[in-house]
Amino acid sequence: MSNDSTIHVHEGAVEHGVHHDGDGHHHHKQSFVSKYIFSQDHKTIAKQFLITGMAWAIVGAMFSIIFRLQIGYPDQTFPFLETFLGKWAKGGKIDPEFYYAAVTMHGTIMVFFVLTAGLSGTFANLLIPLQIGARDMASPFLNMLSYWFFFLASIIMVSSLFLSTGAHSGGWTTYPPLSALHEASSGSKRGVDFWLVSMAMFIVSQLMGGLNYVSTILNMRTKGMSMTRLPLTIWALFFTAVLGILSFPVLLSAAILLLFDRNLGTSFYLSDIYVAGQILPNEGGSPILYQHLFWFLGHPEVYIVILPTMGMVSEIMSINSRKPIFGYMAMVGSLFAICILALLVWAHHMFVSGMNPFLGGVFVLLTLLIAIPSAIKVFNWLTTIWRGNIRFTPAMLFCIGFVSIFISGGLTGIWMGNSTIDIHIHDTYFIIAHFHLVMGVAAFLGMFAGIYHWFPKMFGRYLNNTLGYIHFWVTLTGAYLIFWPMHYMGLAGVPRRYLDFSLWTSFNKFDSLNKMISIVTIIVFFVNLMFVFNFFYSIFKGRKVRTTNPWDATTLEWTTPINPGHGNWVGEIPEVHRWAYDYGKDGRDFIAQTEPVKPGETGH
Amino acid sequence: MATTAAATKTNWWNGGKSPFNVEYGKLMMWYFLMSDAFTFGAFLISYGTIRFSQNVWADPNVVFNAFPGAGHTNLPLAFVSVMTFILIISSVTMVLAVHAGHNNDKKGVMKWLAWTIVGGLAFLGCQAWEWHHLITGEHVVLMDNHLDVIGQTTRVNPWGQMVNPATVMNALQNTPHDALVKIVGSHHHEMTEVQLAALSDSQLKGMIDTAELHVRETGPVAFGGFFYGITGFHGFHVFSGVIINIIMLVMTSKDVFTNKGHYLMIEKAGLYWHFVDLVWVFVFLCFYLI
Repeated sequence: MSNDSTIHVHEGAVEHGVHHDGDGHHHHKQSFVSKYIFSQDHKTIAKQFLITGMAWAIVGAMFSIIFRLQIGYPDQTFPFLETFLGKWAKGGKIDPEFYYAAVTMHGTIMVFFVLTAGLSGTFANLLIPLQIGARDMASPFLNMLSYWFFFLASIIMVSSLFLSTGAHSGGWTTYPPLSALHEASSGSKRGVDFWLVSMAMFIVSQLMGGLNYVSTILNMRTKGMSMTRLPLTIWALFFTAVLGILSFPVLLSAAILLLFDRNLGTSFYLSDIYVAGQILPNEGGSPILYQHLFWFLGHPEVYIVILPTMGMVSEIMSINSRKPIFGYMAMVGSLFAICILALLVWAHHMFVSGMNPFLGGVFVLLTLLIAIPSAIKVFNWLTTIWRGNIRFTPAMLFCIGFVSIFISGGLTGIWMGNSTIDIHIHDTYFIIAHFHLVMGVAAFLGMFAGIYHWFPKMFGRYLNNTLGYIHFWVTLTGAYLIFWPMHYMGLAGVPRRYLDFSLWTSFNKFDSLNKMISIVTIIVFFVNLMFVFNFFYSIFKGRKVRTTNPWDATTLEWTTPINPGHGNWVGEIPEVHRWAYDYGKDGRDFIAQTEPVKPGETGH
Repeated sequence: MATTAAATKTNWWNGGKSPFNVEYGKLMMWYFLMSDAFTFGAFLISYGTIRFSQNVWADPNVVFNAFPGAGHTNLPLAFVSVMTFILIISSVTMVLAVHAGHNNDKKGVMKWLAWTIVGGLAFLGCQAWEWHHLITGEHVVLMDNHLDVIGQTTRVNPWGQMVNPATVMNALQNTPHDALVKIVGSHHHEMTEVQLAALSDSQLKGMIDTAELHVRETGPVAFGGFFYGITGFHGFHVFSGVIINIIMLVMTSKDVFTNKGHYLMIEKAGLYWHFVDLVWVFVFLCFYLI
């Protein structure tokens, strides 16, 4: 009964958006504020996420430089640290409290602010409307709010760095009771409250973004763009958003309960605690409860980080191999399988927490199942480039690097997924090596691939290729040099989170290895600063894009003008007639999605 | 017949239209509610795991037995039934508002929205009374081998197991003066606290009938945190729902929806309101019935 009216309303809403946002014909005058700051154009919001994410990446990486200096050179002093850090590095030697704050902030910033907001914030916003054929997101206003909540979260997190008692220092996982008790450590005073409030704002931002991404993908596809004609980037971003919608609210619950435990005297996570000579009245709570709630987000979170890059890598690899993606439906199916399994494996982070071993067995099985869709994806990438006519653009190199790192880091997941082996390597450098490779470095490489590939669409100019090649080779080699040796250290039992190993004679043999890792970290850091330079230099001075479709790609974003206005297409939104991967078909290099299927042509 | 049916069949998933035949806002509301359900789910599952890891838990028939104006009469779950009834009725009025919206009946929308707001506010008022009653309640408990008077807060719980008369008599002897004043004061309302404080310990003890004190041990501390935390979070949702409904009421009265030609916003507000009611059903089940 109301179907007609709703459909009418829907179309009305779309037209409404078009008239207001301008469709390229008439650029009405916009103020600087509405065009660049409180913009509702998805492309501008994408750039805001990207640039904020880059700023955060530099901050996060600087923390790693600071603690790598400590680990590599525990006996030396670095007077310049006192210049910058003041009381946290008296005499050029960093304070243990600050060391833990640095590690905590490095994790928080990299996982949430860079690889979640900076990554899916950028590419979901940029690519979803452009690749599905929409003028903008379903709700441009919520989209804008999503960025500004992220910005607010950033402000709160940054201010926590300047608290006199220091930033949160209990690890990015924020386990109670350490994080719940003010008296437990200096960083557990106001620092944790700031962290929790910042995360709450971040969750709101993720929720607004995620709701927008899902409803845009489902509702706003252009005519002919069936779900199975979507580029894999969109599928990946779709599953990422679904995971975010389902798992971040649980972190919100965990954060609220922790805030109550800290400030209202409740006992959700606390029981039978004796601290600083006092027995606390808290009784009945369970710290394991927090771990369950946290990892119900925490595990899907690593897929929120890696899925968007998987989608982008699939897309960029296919384009630069001039071949269709191998096993499109298998790719979609494995993304779906990963999405489901991601929600069912959280307790493998807790094998040694005192959890019931039988439950551990169940989680071992579910964890190991993830190897199947992951392997399907890896083999599909390899078969996509197999005998391809490969164009080694910087983006393509980063994709190949991604697959290499994903294999190297992923294989060790099979070790740790087995609880018996995990008991031995838990909380050692082995796990540091594993997750940095598989979700840290891999996600960064995928993100770089995306930036190099879509920079022409974002700014109408190319990034400098030579600097791109240097960036790639140093980063890839550096990543292996930094993290590969850590596997051996972990197997030898070197624990994570320690700031000085000199008291263990058995670990002394790793001294020079640690120095090497620290030096490589610093080199990689500066090479990535060079990338940041390349980025900003190329925005203004880079080689100009002269053709609308510089990579000879099939997808819709390359049918827009070189510098699309708000509304993306001049005139009508193009109609789609085929899938996104018609490369090397019927003797033609590529066939755009907008080209109708010829009579007699084998459709996909 | 079959071929004509196939020819006219719309392929909802081919792009260019919404596959669920709804505009994006309603879709977003559904996904938001799904997300919010996970937040509440996490809270309630946390509550369940902690509750069932304890040896004793407070009996809801004892905790929630008061009714405004009924004094000490034992009316288990009567008041919460009234609260629940109010909230469910407010869902009914919301349905009527949405229905009036479908008929573009501005007056009807305004009338039923107003009743829904009244229902929401009434529920919040009831909750405020219940919280106040629990926090300021005066329950005599056995604590460190003496008696004390406490309410239900996030730090203490007065509903442990009953204490046998001999232990109560023994504990009464160890009870300090100010606690005795509070115990007598909670049962003898005819005397002020100042008058009672002037009495000696033995006079006060003489005024106490240990059998009518219903002395219990202190109960599970976690009860208060979960009760106030979860009902508070739900109450916050009701509060935001009332705010949303008030905004809808103002927009309706300013003819925003009449000019738009449809009342879809009321439908979306309705979805949220029904969700909040549905969550209450689970909160009611978990805290009051089980």
